[in-house]
Amino acid sequence: MAQILVKEVLTPQIKLMVVEAPRVAKKAKPGQFVVIRFHEQGERIPLTIADYDPDAGTVTIIFQEVGKSTLHLGEMEEGDEILDFVGPLGREIEERQFGHVVCVGGGVGIAPIYPKARALSMLGNRVTSIIGARTADLIFWEREMRSVSDELHVTTDDGTYGEKGFVTQVLERVVKEEQVDLVVAVGPLIMMKMVSLLTKKFSIPTLVSLNPIMVDGTGMCGCCRGTVNKECKFTCVDGPVFDGHQVDYDELMARQRTYLDEEQRAMEIWRMKKVEEEPTRVTR
Amino acid sequence: MSQDKFKGRPKMPQRPVRERIRDFDEVPTGLEEWAAVEEARRCLQCKRPLCMRGCPVEIDIPAFIALIAEGKFDQAVQKMKEKNSLPAICGRVCPQEEQCERECVLGKKGEPIAVGYIERFIADYERDRGVRTPSRSSPNGKKIAVIGAGPAGLTCAGDLAKMGYGVTLFEAFHAPGGVLVYGIPEFRLPKSIVFGEVDYVRSLGVELELSTVIGRSVTVDDLAEEGFGAFFIGTGAGLPYFMELPGENMNGIYSANEFLTRSNLMKGYRFPEYDTPIKIGRRVAVIGGGNVAMDSARTAVRLGADEVCLVYRRTKNEMPARVEEVERAEEEGINCIILTNPVRFLGNQNGWVTGIECIEMELGEPDESGRRRPVPIEGSEYVIPIDTVVVAIGQGPNPLLLETMPDLTLNRRGYIETDPETGATSRRGMFAGGDIVTGAATGISAMGAGKQAARSIDRFFQDPDTFPQWR
Ligand SMILES: Cc1cc2nc3c(=O)[nH]c(=O)nc-3n(C[C@H](O)[C@H](O)[C@H](O)COP(=O)(O)OP(=O)(O)OC[C@H]3O[C@@H](n4cnc5c(N)ncnc54)[C@H](O)[C@@H]3O)c2cc1C
Ligand SMILES: Cc1cc2nc3c(=O)[nH]c(=O)nc-3n(C[C@H](O)[C@H](O)[C@H](O)COP(=O)(O)OP(=O)(O)OC[C@H]3O[C@@H](n4cnc5c(N)ncnc54)[C@H](O)[C@@H]3O)c2cc1C
Ligand code: SF4
Ligand code: SF4
Ligand code: FES
Repeated sequence: MAQILVKEVLTPQIKLMVVEAPRVAKKAKPGQFVVIRFHEQGERIPLTIADYDPDAGTVTIIFQEVGKSTLHLGEMEEGDEILDFVGPLGREIEERQFGHVVCVGGGVGIAPIYPKARALSMLGNRVTSIIGARTADLIFWEREMRSVSDELHVTTDDGTYGEKGFVTQVLERVVKEEQVDLVVAVGPLIMMKMVSLLTKKFSIPTLVSLNPIMVDGTGMCGCCRGTVNKECKFTCVDGPVFDGHQVDYDELMARQRTYLDEEQRAMEIWRMKKVEEEPTRVTR
Repeated sequence: MSQDKFKGRPKMPQRPVRERIRDFDEVPTGLEEWAAVEEARRCLQCKRPLCMRGCPVEIDIPAFIALIAEGKFDQAVQKMKEKNSLPAICGRVCPQEEQCERECVLGKKGEPIAVGYIERFIADYERDRGVRTPSRSSPNGKKIAVIGAGPAGLTCAGDLAKMGYGVTLFEAFHAPGGVLVYGIPEFRLPKSIVFGEVDYVRSLGVELELSTVIGRSVTVDDLAEEGFGAFFIGTGAGLPYFMELPGENMNGIYSANEFLTRSNLMKGYRFPEYDTPIKIGRRVAVIGGGNVAMDSARTAVRLGADEVCLVYRRTKNEMPARVEEVERAEEEGINCIILTNPVRFLGNQNGWVTGIECIEMELGEPDESGRRRPVPIEGSEYVIPIDTVVVAIGQGPNPLLLETMPDLTLNRRGYIETDPETGATSRRGMFAGGDIVTGAATGISAMGAGKQAARSIDRFFQDPDTFPQWR
């Protein structure tokens, strides 16, 4: 059981929770994640450890409401208990001096890029960060990202905030103008694919953090597998961070769509249940 | 069957096929009291009971059977529990035909005593009436960490608690039971029975810490600092093997572990009441011939597949699955495609599997395991059209915990090496048993290893200086 100590609504669809989990907080490293389950009939979902405080014994998670489980989690309040909060899982990213590092965070990927940018910056790397989302409403943690970056760029696909366009457009400019020693990218698979294609052209080492569907998160089911450097890898134990130039993104994108029909059905049932539970608001 | 017509070994009553394939409820229904007593009376009460040699935990089989023959069921339970604290489980999933029953002297000429059925009967009898908690020694203040709540860990924890040790049982999953819960389906081993046995172990004073991955959430060294003086590792063989064939990562291809975990542990068969989905196609192929393959195939039938087949590279004689389970699988319409091996998976544009290209095999010379080695017949490739595949070709040791202890001696295949006499590992104060030592084996052998380690840990605490160092 892990109690929710703080809940913040970062944007209408993105929520932050600070959770009491002393064991996880003590061991957490940038790049790692937790698997959580919050009710008896619930599924196990992976979420990145966005921040952690070993002294306070707390872990911060940030999630976007995309389906039944994340919508349900979003309704939980401060004081509520998360039934299972397992972690930290996965391997941490290598922390060392690379030189100039560009951190790219797309959508909810801004959350997991933050601890990585912070760790890299504290080790004396020069950090340029690029964060982007579909629209202004989905941008969050701009201040936090700025505090751990030497330079910060913000983009939105529709131009409602920051620069109009994709993160890759800014990245291309940066790598053309400056010496870049490492790119770290977290976001939707398609974004990580585009970033990797670009950096490959410029021969810049690139790390990405994959986000396949998972069950256990400990290497016993193989649900999270993908092809990296022509080998079958389990994201939960071999990753989630991999060499971006070696990842078969198309295969992972197909795998992520495995349960599309079921996910939609679950979400519709959840929404209908919500409507039934709040008759007054609906009839008025 | 009426009582007077009853002669010889009883048949296990089971639910009719048409009824049972529509749900996940248990298939065999258990012997009735009269049948169990009748069968117990058939036992010769041998002076030198061969049956006991076949039981990995050396249950005093003639003694508990004699008590049943006399109708002293409560005493029979006690007798059984001297050696086996999880009889309701063993009576259901023990491969009796290869263990106690294979050795039974009556089996040499006719039919062996149905030890497993009787064991199940007596365990169910006790469960229906409420399990009594045995007395235990007063707490001795010593703390032991048991890692993994499968049959090995549960047995070890229970035995140590009875001796007065303070035992904490750590489990990575959100539910205890190991393979008994996430692997073996409800229709073969109802989860309420496993949880009943877990409650019993807890009633002995064992603390259960779920959702704690040792090696990640906390390491063995941390636990030593917290005051744990000895360790038992019973983490099983949970790493799924894939065939490493082209197309194996396509959608619709599951490892048996994932398929069974989604269905059993996460209750995917009750989606959307439970949140975890499981995808089942019209035509399902399960690759393999062991218990895991049978369980996957029978699960697929119940999830609503139109056609389910097993693809196995040797013949039915070599199938490692229990005979009873192969029979039940066939009754349920599962088609065994033998002497056939997959060579690659075919798929559509969206990345979903649509077929398996297979090659026919023939049996050649015997290999190390004594079974005749299957050899491909050149040019015999053909395609089986399917839309779901379950790969059930075996499991290995999960390196997650072992990686954090580089000083622990492992064998060539990555399993922990232990002293066969004591279960001690190369690390002092650390013991191991079950599938993480032997590789995928049986529930009862895991329990036996848990028992042995509990005895050794006690000896270790009594007199650490003389306890033999392993390697
Ligand atoms: C290592 C790891 C770290 C992650 N960290 C975060 C995080 O910090 N914050 C966060 O919001 N999400 C994160 N995710 C993704 C998160 O696990 C999924 O969004 C969540 O499981 C969706 O559950 P749901 O029931 O709400 O939606 P579902 O009903 O399962 O899915 C709804 C929609 O989301 C898509 N989807 C499903 N799973 C994923 C996935 N894994 N990644 C991307 N899209 C998905 C589906 O295709 C579907 O369109 C992470 C995933 C992994 C593997
Ligand atoms: C589908 C299937 C069907 C089977 N059918 C039969 C049968 O009919 N009869 C029979 O006798 N045997 C059968 N077996 C085999 C039998 O179940 C196993 O031999 C037995 O369960 C092994 O017990 P164990 O305690 O060693 O490990 P497991 O049962 O595997 O339990 C290990 C436990 O340790 C936990 N764990 C792993 N790593 C960690 C960690 N780092 N930290 C904390 N916890 C951890 C796991 O989550 C798991 O709960 C079957 C196996 C399978 C998979
Ligand atoms: S535990 Fe298994 S092997 Fe031993 S007597 Fe019971 S059924 Fe036979
Ligand atoms: S060998 Fe068979 S007949 Fe003899 S005691 Fe054992 S069960 Fe009974
Ligand atoms: S989530 Fe099961 S192996 Fe990675």
